[in-house]
Amino acid sequence: MSTPDLDPEVVATPEPGAVETPPKESATRSRPLPARVWAQTQGKVGVVLTAAVVLVALAGPLLAPWLTGYSPTEFADRPFQSTGVFGTDNLGRSVGARFLAGGLLLLAYSVLATALGLVVGCTIGMIGGYAGGRTDSVIMRLNDIVLAFPQLVLALLAIVVLGPHGWVLVTVIGLTHAPRIARVARAATLGVVSEDYIRAAEMYAVPRTRILAREVLPNITGPLSVEAGLRLTYSIGAIASLSFLGLGMQPPAADWGLMINENRIALSVQPWGVILPVLAIAVLTIGTNLLADAVARATESTTVEAS
Amino acid sequence: MVKLILKRLLVSVFILLAVSVVVFAATLLLPGDPARAILGQQATEERLAALRTEMHLDRSPVERYLLWLGGLFVGNFGTSTTTGGPVAGLLSERIGASLILMLCAAAIAVPVGVAIGIYSALHRGTRRDQAVTWSTLTLAALPEFVIGIVLVTLFATSVFRVLPAVTMSPPGQQVWEIPSQLILPTLTLALVVIPYIIRMMRATMAEVMDSGFVEMARLKGVPERQVILRHAFPHAIGPVAQVIAIQLAWLAGGVVVVEYLFRYPGLGQALIDAVAFRDVQVVQAVSIIIAAVYVLVNLVADVVGILANPKLRSAS
Repeated sequence: MSTPDLDPEVVATPEPGAVETPPKESATRSRPLPARVWAQTQGKVGVVLTAAVVLVALAGPLLAPWLTGYSPTEFADRPFQSTGVFGTDNLGRSVGARFLAGGLLLLAYSVLATALGLVVGCTIGMIGGYAGGRTDSVIMRLNDIVLAFPQLVLALLAIVVLGPHGWVLVTVIGLTHAPRIARVARAATLGVVSEDYIRAAEMYAVPRTRILAREVLPNITGPLSVEAGLRLTYSIGAIASLSFLGLGMQPPAADWGLMINENRIALSVQPWGVILPVLAIAVLTIGTNLLADAVARATESTTVEAS
Repeated sequence: MVKLILKRLLVSVFILLAVSVVVFAATLLLPGDPARAILGQQATEERLAALRTEMHLDRSPVERYLLWLGGLFVGNFGTSTTTGGPVAGLLSERIGASLILMLCAAAIAVPVGVAIGIYSALHRGTRRDQAVTWSTLTLAALPEFVIGIVLVTLFATSVFRVLPAVTMSPPGQQVWEIPSQLILPTLTLALVVIPYIIRMMRATMAEVMDSGFVEMARLKGVPERQVILRHAFPHAIGPVAQVIAIQLAWLAGGVVVVEYLFRYPGLGQALIDAVAFRDVQVVQAVSIIIAAVYVLVNLVADVVGILANPKLRSAS
């Protein structure tokens, strides 16, 4: 689950010299962010890997009965046989069908959790950074309390009290991301508040909420999109880990994390039940992480050009 | 500087108190009667009442919180709802097992991460450096249980069968008496932490190697090896120390999944079992221990950061 929690800078900041020579400035200046991400090897590989797994996760549930002949919860044979392409799992269900059906919820929950974290974290961070003073310090201290828990421990605490429901997973993962995102949003906001256009808006007596939404937010999307990619990677890891621990998605649901847990006792006899979901989770998280890294490099080049 | 450290210490104490409130509040939210959970459905009213008084369930929430908090300081972590025994006894031997695991992982991850980071920084822009960058990006993305499963497949079940896939210590024997079963869990934790140390070390070292004093040393004719070890490295290690400490703090939470994966008899395994049985007292105790370790190591990280920052040093 929670991959080590770090300043996003350490994880995703481009390091000088690591990139192949940056594209010519004149070529990048006017290009939109997606194009600049695609221009990098990391970006291309990231997009391809992520898209492949997302495609499997989205189309899989529909294709599973048609491709394998079994539904994800239907018994195909005795346990751990090599029926069909990938054999059967611990209860004799088709591994292929369960693999195809097992990514959708993981993906949906991770995206929802990341979105929740972004909305809450962004709001808190921007208010803290813009308001400053006491509001800022109160918000940041509350942040520190949430940050004092390893993410997984807080998630387990929530699950023991509220039970392993989908909304609990999404809420607790999202809310534990929020303070981490808030720190990034706050730092980015601090870099923007002293700009002339903010002061101009203040002089025109534009309401503060409107300043935040219309002046600050559009100018901090760079660091926020890097953070979003990173948090998505961690959300996928976190939710898959909880399912692996038996505390996320509950049986008989088909889910990659749960599949690994169910089938790992037979790893040496019938490895497909473990290998397929492990590969899928690995490729997905590597893809999103490469994407986050590419976005970081792309946004970095804009800030350099802007200054 | 001392003032800054003291202030940071005070903040940590407050955070720990707040953490304890959050953890305690979790029990209050829980439906059901813990006394009945321990004694079972057939328990008589008198026995229930007696146990409730013993567990202070008849007091107000604030009183219960203070009693619980006071108990923590004298090592009284409450009564387990599953076993009916004291939580402290259940956890005491597991804390050692978890600490061993964390220390082994740290002992491997820190030198390896620092060494590869420096190597990568010194070969900046080359193929070898790019290979390191790609591997760290890949490894940093993987959840720890994925790394663990891959290691198990490689070394325990499918490819080479050289190491045990799970921990199986006979009762009464400590885990570290069979060192081979420590290898895979340690390796898993180390592999999760190493990429972050590498990236930070590489970035800092690269920056330092570009600085004026390194160029000066080279111009003086100092041998390159000495430039790296005597001039550049001491400057780079300050900021990296903080990242290393944050990573070690992460290990406190990271052991949970890894212990479950390898059936390692540590705190994390106890936590997962307790969550599965809804044994709140144990969950509370383990969460507060893990959070305490986490806060403590983060405190050390910040103090190291303060000590390593020359600007703050001269200010006092």
